[in-house]
Amino acid sequence: MYAIEVNNISKNYYSEKSGKFAGIGVNPLLLEESTNNNLSNEGISFDVEKGEIFGIIGPDGAGKTTLFRILTTLILADSGNASVDGFDVVKDYKEIRKRVGYMPGRFSLYQDLTVEENLNFFATVFNTTIEENYELIKDIYQQIEPFKKRRAGKLSGGMKQKLALSCALIHKPSVLFLDEPTTGVDPVSRKEFWGMLKKLKDQGITILVSTPYMDEATLCDRISLIQNGQFLKIDTPKNIISQYKNKLWAVQSDTMYKLLTDLRANELTKNCFAFGDKHHLSIDNEQLTIDDLKEIIVKSGHTNVVITEIEPTIEDCFMQLSQV
Amino acid sequence: MNNIPHIKSGKVITAENLTKKFGHFTAVDNISFEVERGEIFGFLGANGAGKTTAMRMLCGLSIPTSGKGIVAGFDIESQTELVKKSIGYMSQKFSLYDDLKVWENIELFGGIYGMKDNEIKEKTDELMKVLNFENERDKLVGSLPLGFKQKLAFSVSIFHSPQVVFLDEPTGGVDPITRRQFWELIYDATSKGITVFVTTHYMDEAEYCDRVSIMVDGRIEALDSPKNLKKQFNATSMEEVFHQLARKSTRKAD
Repeated sequence: MYAIEVNNISKNYYSEKSGKFAGIGVNPLLLEESTNNNLSNEGISFDVEKGEIFGIIGPDGAGKTTLFRILTTLILADSGNASVDGFDVVKDYKEIRKRVGYMPGRFSLYQDLTVEENLNFFATVFNTTIEENYELIKDIYQQIEPFKKRRAGKLSGGMKQKLALSCALIHKPSVLFLDEPTTGVDPVSRKEFWGMLKKLKDQGITILVSTPYMDEATLCDRISLIQNGQFLKIDTPKNIISQYKNKLWAVQSDTMYKLLTDLRANELTKNCFAFGDKHHLSIDNEQLTIDDLKEIIVKSGHTNVVITEIEPTIEDCFMQLSQV
Repeated sequence: MNNIPHIKSGKVITAENLTKKFGHFTAVDNISFEVERGEIFGFLGANGAGKTTAMRMLCGLSIPTSGKGIVAGFDIESQTELVKKSIGYMSQKFSLYDDLKVWENIELFGGIYGMKDNEIKEKTDELMKVLNFENERDKLVGSLPLGFKQKLAFSVSIFHSPQVVFLDEPTGGVDPITRRQFWELIYDATSKGITVFVTTHYMDEAEYCDRVSIMVDGRIEALDSPKNLKKQFNATSMEEVFHQLARKSTRKAD
């Protein structure tokens, strides 16, 4: 039995104002009515193994939150079915609510209750006590315990995040849903947060987590890349990276902005994107060597040209897959 | 703008011992730096390091407890309204009005900054061409994909030709391709002499800045070009530099 099973799920919102569909997957009924042939008629499907960290990676508006709301039984899908911990998200919603923890993207604890009161409240709602499951939240909660008398609304972003995670964990859920827990969080705190997730995984908790930060993908066991309500790919980060088509080179010179336009103008270039202090260049041509390219670049007036072959990042893969 | 005094030096932002205290808590602790005209200045720091408070002071929205700041030639304590007129501002959260059309948003913001009707019209035509937005002109902003919105929001924030634009995490949540196109717009703005002051949590974007400052516990702990910072901290990326510095933080708040 999978911890999460999703079969052909779709959920679409039609906005009168924008005249557009949003959500995930596409409902075949809507498709019939629609004249837009670009819509694929597929819902989305995937499974999450027990004890796995599964990442849903994609930009804002890709449909991540819609998926989370369906799986946490807060909204109904238009089509398809899904189960969590073996329970159907429609029929058995009460069972599911007892056994999942959910941390929504927007901070949704009680701002006018203190840290301790919030935690107590959630423990009570789930018929348990802080003491009973203290071991599970200890590492996280201890960091905010000195402020337990402070109102949640007065906490800093990082502390709110830790409190929300503690509250989502206090009833010892078997599956944890984290919707963009690290958005707007600085790189150091993000790293720390992923360290906490790793520890929860080691205690057997299944984690479905969404993020717009592509660099967090490699911290998941498996990921799905999502855009415009459709999955571009589902696999382990390693496999997705190994399936990258084309050669990928990192290119540097003294004049980086000119280098970018020069490389894009070159017909050998498949595409070229800035990546920090280097440009990532993907090349279609098997014959072309690094020395050949170097010669071309130097000829167009660049100095201190450095080219190295590199392994793609998940962000490279996402851009390649989303451009098809 | 008529009333911008001639600025002799090339400095668009000068902060001298700028400090902001809330009760016993020192959010911004004696920071000093200068930003040159046309520069892309990256303003980095962990959550709670004091970036937002510092930025609010520089935008004339919060009065410093002590210290001095000059932005676009105006004092951030005594000339806040003039500061506000000379700057642009954009954040991830507040960008444009979803229920106004593209051109209506532009007209609204142009009008707020005191631009003349014919100037707004001319510049709108030009902007639609540059952004390749001619077909979107009459669409509601709410109907545009996030990436389009962010590009438009940036263009609107510099529509009145401010001397400096403050960008608060402008690319959060934006897809990787649009994120890069966004930075190309930033480069383009600096080529027109607009100074860019930007915060980001993407460390690859720190590399695109001319100079970067890193705040830790209210103080600026490092300030230099990305290249020099990497040398100074013996690091291969800005991410490493950031981690080395942020680890020094003793502030319990975050």
